[in-house]
Amino acid sequence: MKVAIVQVKPRKGDVEANMRALGDAFEQLIADNAPDLIVLPEAALTGYFLEGAVYDLSFRAEELAERIAGLWRERGEARRAVDIALGFYENDGGTYYNAALYVNVEPDGERLLHVHRKMFLPTYGVFDEERFLSRGRRLEAFDTRFGRMALLICEDAWHAIVPTVAAVKGARILLIPSASPGRGFEGPGELETVTRWKHMLQLYASEHGVYIIYAGLTGFEGGKGMTGSSSIVDPRGELLAVAPVLGPCIVRAEIEPREIDVARASLPLLGDLQAVLPDLLADVFQETT
Amino acid sequence: MTLPVLEAVPQPAPLRIDAALAVRWLEAFLRDELIERRGIPRAIVGLSGGVDSAVTAYLCAHALGAENVWGIRMPYKTSNPSSLTDAQLVIDALQIQSETIDITAAVDGYLMQEPDADGRRRGNIMARTRMLVLFDQSAKLGALPVGTGNKTERLLGYFTWHADDTPAVNPLGDLFKTQVWALARELGVPLSIVDKPPSADLEANQTDESDLGITYANADAILAFMLLGYDDDAILSRGFERRDIALVRSRVDGTHWKRHLPTTAMLSNTAINEFYLRPVDY
Repeated sequence: MKVAIVQVKPRKGDVEANMRALGDAFEQLIADNAPDLIVLPEAALTGYFLEGAVYDLSFRAEELAERIAGLWRERGEARRAVDIALGFYENDGGTYYNAALYVNVEPDGERLLHVHRKMFLPTYGVFDEERFLSRGRRLEAFDTRFGRMALLICEDAWHAIVPTVAAVKGARILLIPSASPGRGFEGPGELETVTRWKHMLQLYASEHGVYIIYAGLTGFEGGKGMTGSSSIVDPRGELLAVAPVLGPCIVRAEIEPREIDVARASLPLLGDLQAVLPDLLADVFQETT
Repeated sequence: MTLPVLEAVPQPAPLRIDAALAVRWLEAFLRDELIERRGIPRAIVGLSGGVDSAVTAYLCAHALGAENVWGIRMPYKTSNPSSLTDAQLVIDALQIQSETIDITAAVDGYLMQEPDADGRRRGNIMARTRMLVLFDQSAKLGALPVGTGNKTERLLGYFTWHADDTPAVNPLGDLFKTQVWALARELGVPLSIVDKPPSADLEANQTDESDLGITYANADAILAFMLLGYDDDAILSRGFERRDIALVRSRVDGTHWKRHLPTTAMLSNTAINEFYLRPVDY
């Protein structure tokens, strides 16, 4: 299974220019070792910090899936199937979400397999999501032709319980579109936010025996620099590939879902958790209700 | 048998900075902001001879190329001559373009009608005249003014409102003064600039630290703890003096207005920046 992350640097609010740039990336991908799955960051076609402009720059999920599939057929390869996951601002009949979709594009049409709505909307410090957006209420794993996956968006993955629940629900590959403004320059050599992401992703992947495909937005937005660092982590927690912090690029890896079984056999923590989690949760709810 | 004892080390003020990492970040910021977003690949920096404007000029020259950066010296008749020569060190080291525009006639032209203005008013007039010059030179040269204000002076309100804080882009505004010094050393700014006592040079023998009544080292450490939410007792327990803590807190609390745009009376539910919210780069 060939995976490609397109680490994009969108022009703020210029959807058409960003779609053209994505088409360019599709052309590049199809010309050399075409991928089976393409993952893009959070707010990939608009930029992240939109404030009230989320209402101008949101999409219906079905409409966007159709546009992305059309772009793949036009600029990629119409006869070749591909799956694409990307983050966007969703308008669901006047309720707005920070969302990510997963679409399976086949030569004869496309199927929107899943839409995840970000559950943890950061609304502190530089972040103001809940002022403009509604919270997602469900975390679901979904089936693809490559196995069961889950989508988590940025802060969803800062809470260890979320990837844990995704894994317990059967997800074997976690896709994490993100837009992470960089801060913390104590060093050495790396921003604090980047180090934190690496630690979290490696820990989650190795604890649950899952692949993690993390797609980070890059470029500056009004002084806030998005920290790219798109990466692919294997089920033992090894970083297979990491993009630079700044600048658009493509990150590729060939991943082998059987590695998940091998990793879980040697470190069966997920199985242990599935046995104990009901007791833990019952205990929590007893104490808090 | 006596067991070995391992003591936790008290954490210092969170001021440590990987200067090389920050320099790369700020250069990327300047390229993104000026070239890609605004389509203005040229910068103009008012060079005072001090460390803030020197660091800003170095960052701009690295980000945009020396040929695309103008260093503007704007002396007044009472300015310390060493300010001019230190600014020239930066121009020579970077091989950037330069202009020297004496503001004496402009400032004195106004002051002829206000001969009783005290030093504070005169300083503000000089600072605002320099702002006028920078924006006019910006229009003449097709270059964007890049600001030089650091986080310490912004927090202490130690700047002239709508003068030093006006440029549209500011690479240093989230760096404390002591961190700017670290960047200056990383960039190779001449040591005569890095090591001299910082001065606004608006009055004779003026220094920042005597104006403020506290050293930058202490002010930065207290500010760093304060902004993280530590109360006075917690800062005191880290070895700072109550007088310094009170001084810093009163300056910060007394100058919130200086870090904002003018207060606008709200009458509707479409008030700009209250209800109608669009990001600066939209």
